[in-house]
Amino acid sequence: MLRTKPILATLAAALLAAGSCVPVAFAQDAPATTVVEQTTTTTVVATEAAAPVEEAAADEGPSVELFTTNNLWMMIAAALVFIMHLGFACVESGLCRAKNTVNILFKNSLIPCIGIITYAFIGFNLMYPGFADGDSQFWFKFAGFGVTTDAAGVTSAYNAGYTYWTDFLFQAMFAATAATIVSGAVAERVKLGSFLIFSAIFVAIAYPLAGSWKWGGGWLNRMEIPFYDFAGSTLVHSVGGWGALAGVLILGPRLGKFFPDGKIKPILGHSMPLATIGVFLLWLGWFGFNGGSVLSADPGLVSLTLVTTCLAASAGAVGAMVISWIILKKPDLSMTLNGILAGLVGITAGADQMDMNSSLIIGLVAGVLVVLAVIMFDKIRVDDPVGALSVHLVCGIWGTLAVGLLGAKAGMGQFISQAIGVVAYGVFTFIFAFVLFLIIKAIMGLRVTEEEEHGGLDLGEHGQEAYPDFQSDAERLS
Amino acid sequence: MKKVEAIIKPFKLEEVKDALADLGIEGMTVSEVKGFGRQKGHTEIYRGSEYTVDFLPKIKIEVVLADSALESALAAIVKAAKTGKIGDGKVFVSPVDEAIRIRTDETGEKAV
Repeated sequence: MLRTKPILATLAAALLAAGSCVPVAFAQDAPATTVVEQTTTTTVVATEAAAPVEEAAADEGPSVELFTTNNLWMMIAAALVFIMHLGFACVESGLCRAKNTVNILFKNSLIPCIGIITYAFIGFNLMYPGFADGDSQFWFKFAGFGVTTDAAGVTSAYNAGYTYWTDFLFQAMFAATAATIVSGAVAERVKLGSFLIFSAIFVAIAYPLAGSWKWGGGWLNRMEIPFYDFAGSTLVHSVGGWGALAGVLILGPRLGKFFPDGKIKPILGHSMPLATIGVFLLWLGWFGFNGGSVLSADPGLVSLTLVTTCLAASAGAVGAMVISWIILKKPDLSMTLNGILAGLVGITAGADQMDMNSSLIIGLVAGVLVVLAVIMFDKIRVDDPVGALSVHLVCGIWGTLAVGLLGAKAGMGQFISQAIGVVAYGVFTFIFAFVLFLIIKAIMGLRVTEEEEHGGLDLGEHGQEAYPDFQSDAERLS
Repeated sequence: MKKVEAIIKPFKLEEVKDALADLGIEGMTVSEVKGFGRQKGHTEIYRGSEYTVDFLPKIKIEVVLADSALESALAAIVKAAKTGKIGDGKVFVSPVDEAIRIRTDETGEKAV
C-alpha cells in the first residue's frame, strides 16, 4: 500500500520549473510525483512539468471516468474497513464473558473514533510525511498538524487512484485497527480509562511513525531489496500484536484462569453466534482492507487480491479445523474462526503477489499456526481471551516472511528484507507499548480491582448490564 | 398431605407433566437446577483446555398432593422419567403440615 504523498514543496518545485504559472494552472499542473505501486501510472518529474499543462494532463493522467471509478472503489474500501470495527466488537464480546460485554463494546465503539480523530490531527502527516531523497534520515518526519488540501488534492493530480480526502479516510480506518487488536488481548481486566489513553497514544504516534518506514516511503522502503508489506500483515497486524503482548505481560492473566498446580481453567466465551458474526464481518471488511490496498480500482489486481484473500481465509479455516480435530480430538469452533482470521492476516502482506497455490499454503499454515499458538500461549501462562496474539502477531509475522518464500517476490534477498522488517517493527512497537503501559500503570493503574473483575467490568466501569433480563446473578458472577 | 420432589432429566419434563395431568393432578412447581449424583460430571474442551462440568443441569418438579394420590403419582413419575441410563434422577417424599389457597382461604387437602 505504499504511495508517496505529494507535498506542497514538490508542487512548488514543479511550478518553479514551469516558469511563471498563474495560480489557476496549479490544479492541472500537478500531475505530480504520485506512484501507485504495481499499477503503472504517471510518474512526472519536476522538469516535465514544463510541458504544456493541458497536454500533460491529457496524456498522463487518468480520464475523469477512470479517476472517479478508482476513487469510488477506494471510498467503498474505506467503508468496508470501517465495518471491521463492528466485526472486532462482535468477536471480542462473543469470546468473553457476558458480564464484560458492555465494557468490550464500549472500548470497541471508542477506538475507531479515537483513531479517526488522532489520525486527522497527527497520524496521517506522521505516516505519510513525504520523505524525499535529500532527507538526512528516513525513520521520522512530520508534515504538520491537521489535514487540509488545495484544489489539486481532489483531482487526479494528487493521485491517479483517489483524492486527498479519500486517502486520509482509508488510512484512518486502518489506523484504529492496531489498537482494536490490543483491546481483545487485554479484555476483561484492563481499566477503561487507562486503555483509552493507551489507545490514543498508540494510534497517534506508534502506528503512524512505524508505518512511515514502509508505506510513507521511509528507510524500510529504501533498502536495496525493499521490505514488502502489501496491506499490513506487519504494519497493522503485528504492530497491534506487539502492543497486545506488552499489555498482556504487564497486566497478567485473568483471575481464575491459571492455577499454581499447573492446571488451566478455560474461561468460556459467552456467545459463539456473536463471535461467528464478527469473524464474517471481518472477512467482509478484508475485501476493502486488501482490495483497497491496491490503491486504485485496477481490475486485474483488485480481483486477484480478493481471490487470494478468500482462498487464504478458507484454507485458514480448514487448517485450524484439521489440526484442532487431530490434537484436541474435537473440531473447535472458536479455533476455526481464529483460523479464518489467521488466513486473512497471513495473506495480507503478499495478497497481490500470490497465485492460487501460494495463497492456499499461506492460509493452511496460518490456520495450523494459530491453533498451536493458542495452546502454546496458554502453556506459558500468557492469557489472551480472544487469541489476538496468535492471530495478529504470530500469523502477521508468518504472512510477512511468506512473501520471501512464496509468490512473485520469493527469494533469499527478499526473505532477509522481510525478516529485517519483522524485527524492526517488533523491537520498536513492543518497547514503545511496554514503556507506555508501564507509565500509565504508574500514574493511574492498569488493572481493575479483584472485586470488580469478579463482578464484571460492566457493573464496575459502567454501572450497566448488557443483558439485564436474561441473566441470573449466579450466571453473571460466574 | 405429602410433597413429592422429583429431580429428573430436563428432556423428560414434558412426559412427566403429562403423566401427572392424566392422574388429575392440577398443579406443580418446576425449577431448573444443577447438581450431581452417581452420574458425576463430564469433561468439555474450550480452545485447547479441558475442563470438568461437575454440576449437570436437571429439572426439579415439586408437587404437593393428598395422601391417597401419592402412590399412583410416584408410579407415574418414575415410569415417565425412566430411561434406564445413569442420571435419570431421584424422587423424594416428605410430609406437609398445612396448605392454604391464598385466593379462597381454603386449607388442607382442598387447597392442593
